[in-house]
Amino acid sequence: MAGLAVSTTINGDSVEYLCQPDETLLDVLRDRLGLTGAKEGCGTGDCGACSIILDGRLVCSCLVLGAEAEGRRVETIEGMADGDVLHPLQQKFIEHAALQCGICTPGFLIAAKDLLARNPDPTEEEIRFGLAGNLCRCTGYDKIVRAVQDAASVMRAA
Amino acid sequence: MRYLRPLSMEDAIGMITNSAGTVAVLAGGSDLLVRMKGGFVEPDLIVDIKAIEGLSEIRETAEGFSIGAAVPCAVLGEHAALRKAWPGVVEAANLIGSKQVQGRCTIAGNLCNASPAADSVPALVAAGAKALVAGPKGNRTVPVEAIPTGPGKTSLAKGEIVREILLEKRPPRAGDAYLRFIPRTEMDIAVVSAGVNLTLDAKGAVTSARVALGAVAPTVVLVEEAAGILVGSRLDDATLEKLAKACSDACRPIDDKRGTIAFRRKVAGVLARRAAAAAYARAGGK
Amino acid sequence: MTAGFDPRYVKRDFASIGTRPLRPDGIDKVTGRARYGADFNMAGQLVGRVLRSPHAHARIRSIDTSKAEQLAGVKAVITAADLPDLTDGDAAMYDILDNCMARGKALYDGHAVAAVAAVDARTAKQALKLIAVEYEILPHVTDVDEAMMASAPVINDGVFTDGVEPKPAKPSNVAKRSQFGHGDVDAGFGQAEVIVERSFRTEQTHQGYIEPHACVASVSADGMADLWVCTQGHFVYRQHCAQLLGLEASKLRVTSSEIGGGFGGKTHVWAEPVALALSRKAGRPVKLVMTRDEVFRASGPTSATSIDVRIGARRDGTITAAEATLRYSGGAYSGAWAELGAMTAFACYGLENVRTVGFDVLVNRPKCAAYRAPSAPMAAFAVESVVDELAGRIGMNAVDFRIRNAAREGTRSSYGPVYGPIGIGPTLEAVKMHPQMQAPLKKNQGRGMACGFWFNFGGQTCSDLNIGMDGSVSLAVGTVDVGGSRASLSLVAAEELGIDYSQVRAVVADTSSLGYNDMTDGSRGTFSSSMATISAARNAIRIMRERAAQMWDIPVDEVGWEMGHAVALGEKNGNLGRLSLKEIAAASGKTGGPIAGHSELVADGAGVSFATHICDVEVDPETGATRVLRYAVVQDAGKAVHPTYVEGQYQGGAAQGIGWALNEEYIYGRDGRLQNAGFLDYRIPVCSDLPMIDTQILEIPNPNHPYGVRGVGETSIVPPLAAIANAVSNAVGVRMTHIPMSPPRILAALEAERAG
Repeated sequence: MAGLAVSTTINGDSVEYLCQPDETLLDVLRDRLGLTGAKEGCGTGDCGACSIILDGRLVCSCLVLGAEAEGRRVETIEGMADGDVLHPLQQKFIEHAALQCGICTPGFLIAAKDLLARNPDPTEEEIRFGLAGNLCRCTGYDKIVRAVQDAASVMRAA
Repeated sequence: MRYLRPLSMEDAIGMITNSAGTVAVLAGGSDLLVRMKGGFVEPDLIVDIKAIEGLSEIRETAEGFSIGAAVPCAVLGEHAALRKAWPGVVEAANLIGSKQVQGRCTIAGNLCNASPAADSVPALVAAGAKALVAGPKGNRTVPVEAIPTGPGKTSLAKGEIVREILLEKRPPRAGDAYLRFIPRTEMDIAVVSAGVNLTLDAKGAVTSARVALGAVAPTVVLVEEAAGILVGSRLDDATLEKLAKACSDACRPIDDKRGTIAFRRKVAGVLARRAAAAAYARAGGK
Repeated sequence: MTAGFDPRYVKRDFASIGTRPLRPDGIDKVTGRARYGADFNMAGQLVGRVLRSPHAHARIRSIDTSKAEQLAGVKAVITAADLPDLTDGDAAMYDILDNCMARGKALYDGHAVAAVAAVDARTAKQALKLIAVEYEILPHVTDVDEAMMASAPVINDGVFTDGVEPKPAKPSNVAKRSQFGHGDVDAGFGQAEVIVERSFRTEQTHQGYIEPHACVASVSADGMADLWVCTQGHFVYRQHCAQLLGLEASKLRVTSSEIGGGFGGKTHVWAEPVALALSRKAGRPVKLVMTRDEVFRASGPTSATSIDVRIGARRDGTITAAEATLRYSGGAYSGAWAELGAMTAFACYGLENVRTVGFDVLVNRPKCAAYRAPSAPMAAFAVESVVDELAGRIGMNAVDFRIRNAAREGTRSSYGPVYGPIGIGPTLEAVKMHPQMQAPLKKNQGRGMACGFWFNFGGQTCSDLNIGMDGSVSLAVGTVDVGGSRASLSLVAAEELGIDYSQVRAVVADTSSLGYNDMTDGSRGTFSSSMATISAARNAIRIMRERAAQMWDIPVDEVGWEMGHAVALGEKNGNLGRLSLKEIAAASGKTGGPIAGHSELVADGAGVSFATHICDVEVDPETGATRVLRYAVVQDAGKAVHPTYVEGQYQGGAAQGIGWALNEEYIYGRDGRLQNAGFLDYRIPVCSDLPMIDTQILEIPNPNHPYGVRGVGETSIVPPLAAIANAVSNAVGVRMTHIPMSPPRILAALEAERAG
């Protein structure tokens, strides 16, 4: 099986890698590029822990082949903060204790960022349905929803 | 295993027909990659059709809409004209998986995956959608229900690829709706589902109807009898009850991890009734 | 116990405890930097993969690994032969060994039979296919009631029911009978004017942590070994792995990664001894990460149960007698899960006559592990359902009926001990006044409430508190942080030392850096490690007082400690003023060297915990779908160290209970294979399934902890099954007796009722 050479952009930086045809983008990020912020909770698109943004669209990186990233733009949790300045969602997740174990947090943050980009002032119901693709087993979602609401209001005021 | 990304449909068809081993067509990948992960399929060749010209577009034509095979379902929901014309088809497409999955999955893939529980298929069948199939012998157009022949099986010959899903232009006073039952509020595969598409006359009586049920038989069931019950009616309670019974009777379900035979029969009728009422309201019926 | 440490509760005003600072691991966790089990790599690391039985019960006739060994890139293949039995008659350890790698028989779908280590995942996967296992398929049984029948296939012919006199002559699947209670139950039922008796079932559920089990193992030729692993108890993992592999415990260093959820499911070793054995054989580090499918098939879910409950009462609302028979499946190995169910079933009530009998039953399913207050939710479901029905039958409000019969200080519990100050009464009183009880209900809506109990646990604990020369404090604890305990324990250190929270950094130390700690289970993390932290801080303060005395040149008994300062006591020392912790630390190099406080103790006296929940639901009578409209948790925390994280525990437990009550279940086919080993069809609640979860923290101090702390992690999962069952039953008018109350079950119950 021959490796495929892929040129892509990750968090604004040009990246080149070799990958196998059946290797997922999640595996490439984690095992080849050291970007372990995206997590594999299921590998089947059911938990959202591996969420990334691909050409402006929220996807599970476990359902994308590494080869498919050729010429595209990938955004991961590692690129969410601006240097040491946290994104308002990151800040509010900490403030509201919207994480306990934290394994689902990168995926939630990416999904919430995409949600607020499309809908800056979502209702509670819109947040709940918008984030239904991300499983959290610790929090019961209450504090996650509140953190997203609070971050949305901060971002609208900015 | 090889991965190829052709730029033309001719190239794609050539790659498939020239390949000796198993070939998988990759559009959104939300079914294919799951099956690969589980070891259920190990293709020798993956043909990614997303770079083929025109396949990632929704075109509005004089005849209606043409939805390219590589258009993610999320894009359907963002297309105002399509949403207005075929709200039932769009809501079905936007129920598949999560937001993340909708960023990848396609209705053509949903159709070709040939799951009896596919969300978009009952809505497409109810809508009378057609599939434009490209292949070594040229293009052909078939009703979407002709594509799946059983769980995981399709009528597509080697080298054939569904390139577009075609939806007709809507006449006035038409509406469609899709409802599915899932145990949670999101993320589940349909336990049972119903798509209804209606056209009304000026007085609100149904002039044409198509009712399709999902997850109650090996393939989506187009319930002709249910359509017959609806035509001529204004969806009074008695008609809706008859519709529900006809739909329950049309089911040939199985017991499995997602639901029972009794549950699927009963709820198929309930959903058909509710979907018919929703489609009727969308068509302007009162 | 550390000499001189007094763990008794003393009422005081707190400066730090009860505040809500940001967690120290927050930024790492929102930026993707935090390292979980699968996020760690070693140079030269191989990929480990496990071959699992596709059969529920089968004799392994032979395993041929030769083809796999010959595959290029394969560096080691192991079977049970590579894990010789070193358990020396320890039956529990033998079960763990057998569960890690089948020895002679595969006992469930997913049971490990062989493993490989290869240069990459693809090669490892390919190698598994080249291992030829010859099975002789045996009859299997996966249902708890069927497994108890005389006709059932016997899973382990070495199991003779424990707790029965005389010892049975024949082996069976009943591993253990246990009984609890007091009084004269028959006489009590004789006094009853109303008796309700019902049978219940609950299906098997999984903790459902989002992070699959993962570890990196490295064994060197000289016997030194390292294990990086997501676990709730790295010291316990070290002990188990060392014993199973024949390693010296001190030469095996186990580092706990950040843990992506455990809830009891990361308290047992499964893959870790396998990874170590692969590493030993290959001579290279091995990374072994379970797939989600493997997590469901081959880690440790909780029991399925079958429970009969009978309760009698007088018309004035006094319960005169209560009894329950509880049957719990433990997977293919002996467990004590029914015993815990039998202990907790009636623990909320003060009963004169009570008897519970538990049966622990073997079935061809994976070996059960703890799941948050293990065994209590199912027992509470059965008991609280009957309590509700009984209240209705005698025409009493469900809350008032419970208040009348609630246990209180001095009550002899149904499982034996006499209670100290407890929270069941106060939680019920709070629920009675809760605004949700007044919220109007519409058609097809129903309200339910229920109580729950959990013992809580203390256990062996060891902490180190080191004062840096700049006056900052590092706290090393040995209990894994599963939900924010580093923040809570930093608060405790700050409180005791009298400094600011920001001056403390808590870390979870590896097994070579600290004495033994029991694992984070039994809601003990904050309870026990806070006790050890207080003790360590007091020891450090003693040393700092000595140093101050030296600096001032006065006797140490003339030095006190107030708000982070040494203070010179007495009029004659009036001119000496105060020395800050920072000043003492800065001088430490000249006054005797580093300053540290250590603590080794057994944290006894974990206060029992009670909660009462309220749930409002709406049921679609045509589909059986249930929507949770409102939910409230009232629970006693003793003292909430970091109230935000206490709320988080309440909400998280409630959410897990809601999932269990409505949709989660292991579904086995007739072939004994698990049909829903994934998050698609094992349906844990998603965000849109749940409402906001209201919480109310009560604080009834635990007399056995300096700050009054009780564990809070587990009790919150105990009432939901019952609260939701009561709500659904009230909404639909049919008593629901089978959990989960999935839509097909509710619809079938409604159709049966309509059919009369």
